[in-house]
Amino acid sequence: MKKNMIIVATAILFVVLFIVAASIYNSQKDKELGNISLGKIEYMQRDYSPTMGPLDAKVTIVEFFDPACGTCSAFYPFVKQLMNDNPGKVNLVLRYLPLHQNSDVIVSIFEAARMQNLFWETLEQAYKTHDAWIDHHVARPEKFWTQLSGLGLDMEKLNTDMRSVEIANRIKQDILDAQQLNVSKTPGFFVNGKPLVQFGFRQLQQLIETEVAANY
Amino acid sequence: MIQDTINTDSQDGWLLIFVCWLIAMAALFGSLFISEVMGIEPCVLCWWQRIFIYPLAVLFLIGLIPFDRSVVRYTLPLAVIGLGFSVYHYLVYSGFIPESLQPCSDALSCAEINLELMGFITIPMLSIYAYSGIIVLLVIFRKRFYQ
Repeated sequence: MKKNMIIVATAILFVVLFIVAASIYNSQKDKELGNISLGKIEYMQRDYSPTMGPLDAKVTIVEFFDPACGTCSAFYPFVKQLMNDNPGKVNLVLRYLPLHQNSDVIVSIFEAARMQNLFWETLEQAYKTHDAWIDHHVARPEKFWTQLSGLGLDMEKLNTDMRSVEIANRIKQDILDAQQLNVSKTPGFFVNGKPLVQFGFRQLQQLIETEVAANY
Repeated sequence: MIQDTINTDSQDGWLLIFVCWLIAMAALFGSLFISEVMGIEPCVLCWWQRIFIYPLAVLFLIGLIPFDRSVVRYTLPLAVIGLGFSVYHYLVYSGFIPESLQPCSDALSCAEINLELMGFITIPMLSIYAYSGIIVLLVIFRKRFYQ
């Protein structure tokens, strides 16, 4: 019987140790990441980055995203909702982090669509039709191309524009900035330069609410 | 002959199995800490090693409550196969087996060293220690307390 008690106590000890170690590790990581991104604020946003919402908002969400990322797609309406919940106080800056194969081609289609003022429409269409153009985590630009009809895009112009060096450079720059900011997964969120460390809807909401409360 | 019947009811060797369980539990929680808390994704070879160590944490526990010496029959083969994977992983890690021979996807290289504790302790090395520790204890147990 005594031995069984030892076993139970040991098992409990393992679980407790794990939880304690995890919380210590996370709180340290929190501090570390916070320091890193505050020291590297210049990597957070580029003048070419697409933005949504009022430019004078005091709370800025920076989102590193991949068009082929399912979680990015799931977060998109949620982020919009959070902006609507705080009208005029929050804006969104998008950064590209195409991690899936061929995702960078999809990004250049977005950028080319932006020249025709149809960036957000194209982005939403991409999220909406994920199943049609992603095969086993590989983006198929030719399949996405067929989903673009009905958006009012000048397809010929799009085809030329998406090959521009300027767009390729923007994508490269965004990927480099993501590395500087330690973003290796998408979506990667920052709110006023503070990273979302514990990933989740609720955590993002809290981070935004904290920043709104602090700035308004 | 006396030897054969003498042990059936005793708790001899309990400590050996208990220590085996401790090692398996440490490996289980340690690997979960690295992947779930630190966020380092396990490569294919890590998964194979997990496949053989996780059931050990359960099997040793079952063998301890109530103490059942035949647990060595079920656990020793798992530990030996697991050791095979960890030795292979260690060789890939340290470059003895060239990258082209390793069964890993491009995205997650098994040869990439993601974590070095105190500069020299790597994950495959810890895995080798855990598996061989368990094997040594089980072999001693088998010789002295089983059959």
